[in-house]
Amino acid sequence: MSDKPKVAFYWCASCGGCEESIVDLAEDILMVLEAVDIIFWPVALDFKKKDVEALPDGAILVTMINGSIRTSEQEAMARLLRRKSKILIAYGACAYLGGIPSLANQFSRERILQYVYEEAPSVQNSDRTRPVTRFQDDGRTATLPEFRNVTRSLDQVVDVDYYLPGCAPTPKILKEALLTLLSGNLPPRGTVLAPDIALCDECPRKDTKPTDLCFTEFKRPHWTQFDPEKCLLAQGVVCMGPATRGGCEALCIKGNMPCTGCFGPTSRVKDQGAKILSSLASSVNAKDEAEIDRILSNIPDPVGTFYRYGLARSLLRRKVVTKE
Amino acid sequence: MNKESNDIVATSREWEPRIVAFFCNWCTYTAADLAGVSRMKYAPNVRIIRVMCSGRIDPQFVLDAFAKGADGVLIGGCHPGDCHYIEGNYKALRRFRLLRRMLQDMGIEDARLRLEWVSASEGEKVKSVINDMVEKVKALGPLGLPARFKEWDREIEALEEEIRTEEVEANV
Repeated sequence: MSDKPKVAFYWCASCGGCEESIVDLAEDILMVLEAVDIIFWPVALDFKKKDVEALPDGAILVTMINGSIRTSEQEAMARLLRRKSKILIAYGACAYLGGIPSLANQFSRERILQYVYEEAPSVQNSDRTRPVTRFQDDGRTATLPEFRNVTRSLDQVVDVDYYLPGCAPTPKILKEALLTLLSGNLPPRGTVLAPDIALCDECPRKDTKPTDLCFTEFKRPHWTQFDPEKCLLAQGVVCMGPATRGGCEALCIKGNMPCTGCFGPTSRVKDQGAKILSSLASSVNAKDEAEIDRILSNIPDPVGTFYRYGLARSLLRRKVVTKE
Repeated sequence: MNKESNDIVATSREWEPRIVAFFCNWCTYTAADLAGVSRMKYAPNVRIIRVMCSGRIDPQFVLDAFAKGADGVLIGGCHPGDCHYIEGNYKALRRFRLLRRMLQDMGIEDARLRLEWVSASEGEKVKSVINDMVEKVKALGPLGLPARFKEWDREIEALEEEIRTEEVEANV
């Protein structure tokens, strides 16, 4: 094998979108392949876990792991790749903040298994069979990973050096990150490799955002057609832009849809959901409880809306008292 | 109460609730001062943090208090119309309404977050609100988030231990 720097990709609890975003580099991927050797990428290349195990510790320059951590196998792979890598990057919203899979932190493990294996409309399982971690058949033992009680972000399991935000990270962000890492001029550990300013700053509708927002009603995206020029908040739409890091170049807004927050918070914010809640609620145009509640009632699922990509890394992490 | 929180209670038999109170400088904090100089007795479970206005209370403060071990959070501001900064208390009220709904979804009971309007002259109200809240939170039992976080993460520590043992065995 050549002496080019080694790079690995791995996926955990994810949808595969992050893997595609690497291919989305298009012809720039040739630049990447020229500069590095990809030594492990289960979705695209036929290398095995034992190939990684055979490497000396720290032999991989950069490993990018996408997806949140839900099973014991994902934990074990994260630990293995951490040990073998100089730089570990949490790639995409799930690895960085927990992502969509961490919305499952609103439910107990038992509730999830019960629904998936017994109650879901397409399931026929009259024996109520559940997966088991160890199973004997014909003298052979089959094993399955343990399904954990909590969905976690990557840095809740192993130390992470850098974060690439986004669902999925855009080719531009990825390319810039790769160039930075290959230059050897490394930013401080723990840096999120994207601009540290709210999305509104790069939004093409920035000039139409009023100084004082005054919500008299929240409109849900499927209700109506929005003015494609005007700030979505000014049109009464829940747009996560003010509480979300920029860097995506306002992709969703250019498609006339509100930001849903996938780049996570800026470095000054601890809890993205609390911050957007604060911003939206304080601009409600009402002074009595009943009217305030009426206006806010069009945000029917605050947790799912404000923590869509980050429940695992929120201050509360998961639902607290789970009554079975 | 469910089993998980019972286990946490079992570790601290003489549990007393800890309540973080954010009081606005102009009304509620002054009222708490008045309660003090008037030598009123109220439950010692409250740790008061003075802020300039109830409108300064970022919902992050509330969540952080819970995450760091508060069993309840009390917010005190000026009565509607009396805010020193004209409208800060209305902002507090709006945030409180949505925050409480979100906390319900996260399994945190209503009584753990309370908003009260207390003017500078209402020392008596500070006393009665605190006593009442302490009683209600006591009835709910501890929230104990730091202990819960530890409990939740025990499952990943177990694997770390297992891997370490395997490595040691492999190296022998």
